[in-house]
Amino acid sequence: MLVDWDQILIALQETISMVAFSLAFATIIGLPLGILLVVTRKGHLWENAPVFNVLNAVVNVFRSIPFIILMVAVIPFTRLIVGTSIGTAAAIVPMVLFSGPYIARLIENSLLEVDPGVMEAAQAMGATPRQIIVRFLLPEALSSLILGLTIATIGLVGASAMAGAIGGGGLGDLAITYGYQRFDTVVMIITVAILVVMVQGLQTTGNILSKKIRRR
Amino acid sequence: MITFEKVTKIYESTGKQVKALDDVDLHIEKGEIYGVIGFSGAGKSSLIRCVNLLERPTSGKVVVNNQDLLSLSPKELREAKRNIGMIFQHFNLLNSKTVFTNVAMPLLLTKTPKEEVKKRVYELLDFVGLRDKADNYPDQLSGGQKQRIGIARALSTQPSVLLCDEATSALDPQTTQSILDLLKRINKEYNITILIITHEMGVIREICDKVAVLDQGKVIEAGSVFDVFAQPKTEIAHNFVSTVMHDEIPESVHQLIQSQESTSQIYRIVFVGESAGAPLLSQIAKQFDVEVNVLFGSITELQGTPFGNLIVKFEGEAKEISRVIMHINQQEVTVKEVLDNVS
Ligand SMILES: Nc1ncnc2c1ncn2[C@@H]1O[C@H](COP(=O)(O)OP(=O)(O)OP(=O)(O)O)[C@@H](O)[C@H]1O
Ligand SMILES: [Mg+2]
Repeated sequence: MLVDWDQILIALQETISMVAFSLAFATIIGLPLGILLVVTRKGHLWENAPVFNVLNAVVNVFRSIPFIILMVAVIPFTRLIVGTSIGTAAAIVPMVLFSGPYIARLIENSLLEVDPGVMEAAQAMGATPRQIIVRFLLPEALSSLILGLTIATIGLVGASAMAGAIGGGGLGDLAITYGYQRFDTVVMIITVAILVVMVQGLQTTGNILSKKIRRR
Repeated sequence: MITFEKVTKIYESTGKQVKALDDVDLHIEKGEIYGVIGFSGAGKSSLIRCVNLLERPTSGKVVVNNQDLLSLSPKELREAKRNIGMIFQHFNLLNSKTVFTNVAMPLLLTKTPKEEVKKRVYELLDFVGLRDKADNYPDQLSGGQKQRIGIARALSTQPSVLLCDEATSALDPQTTQSILDLLKRINKEYNITILIITHEMGVIREICDKVAVLDQGKVIEAGSVFDVFAQPKTEIAHNFVSTVMHDEIPESVHQLIQSQESTSQIYRIVFVGESAGAPLLSQIAKQFDVEVNVLFGSITELQGTPFGNLIVKFEGEAKEISRVIMHINQQEVTVKEVLDNVS
């Protein structure tokens, strides 16, 4: 059986761009959301119970919807934004909605791990709330943030494969159309292998980066 | 320099109220090293955190450097905090930043020119003796070194007040000593007022001029370290003094007191300085018609000056003994009759 390597390469590029764009947008949404989930808590910088409760609930709602359902549910919204509901660009919309709140939670966790003593020192030296976040909280949490983002990225690789099922393109699409519908096991095995290597590579890179930043 | 007026702090947690500070009045003069001692939960941390409003008092007034802190806007308060340095039990350094950046941080927050930051940071690192560690990270330092960096950071904005919350409690005795020496130097060289919170009387003895004893949120005793050591007024203060001055009267002496004959009387003599103790006694033995018998004695150092505690028995006629006491009272020593059950 002949393997069409060009097709696989294109699918790989599609997966990478889906994951990369989704990660970028999801982080743009998730980072401020995660920070707000921390600083609006009781006893924190900008304690604000209504804001915290609303954000917390919204994140929980999104986190509880399985991706496959989310994808279908947001089709009208996707159309509104990208103009179509199929294709790589269209897949990015549900991926961002799926990953953004997830990243918010991961960031929230990392920031909560920061030693409260460091914040205390920051307050004692007269740092503004903004400075406390930018110069103290985020740098101290960076190593753990990177690990969190690694997990989120791997989650997106999985989601991108599912997005393939509704015509998003990418490796997942390829695996399903060839492997499942045409019984071409070779192509399926190749795509799965590529996904495995990708996930391994991401995790290793994340670990190395995080370790380098932690300096231990 | 620092004044507390009727400061009360009440914490509310899960419906329960905890009164951590109860109507505290305190006055700390410029250039003083002031210690606050108390048991765990006495409210010490609450007290020191009210000085820079890390914790806002529930009621009362906090004045630092003639500024009523509670009346300041957030911006003015941040400005005021730059004049109040603080060091912590667990150092609270940024692990993700080098020693240099840690010390520079308070300056970086106000966008101080780079050259000036560099100059000031190296000056401070020299002062605390860690210039060669500038490019290291905090986790490469020992506890004592971390506290030195904490001190350098606290001094970077040239504050006039330094707050130390259990700054030596995580350190071994030798390192504690070197940090206390450093604090003493800071006080002398920069004339910085220092407020120290501790549960170790040794720290108070070593460097403080004045001390306040805190118990259940109340200042139960305050005064010069000499006065509190010489004549603690409260049981708790006495117990703290005892931890570093072994002035418990031994059981045998207690028995002696109980079987006290009418011709002898037992006194506690507290003296300060080298010349005050023993020479006084030999002089008494020569001048007066009494037998002097030292039952128990201990000596410690308060800020480099010997501080002694003698329990002596005078034997002789009551009239002669009261002459002796009058004579002692004219000297710079305190004398107190020891009755049984008074320790
Ligand atoms: N944030 C808080 N919320 C509720 N209660 C508190 C809080 N901080 C302190 N307390 C309570 O206030 C009282 C005084 O606490 P504080 O930390 O001032 O004592 P401390 O003298 O510093 O004790 P330690 O020597 O153990 O540090 C304690 O009963 C404590 O449980
Ligand atoms: Mg404490």
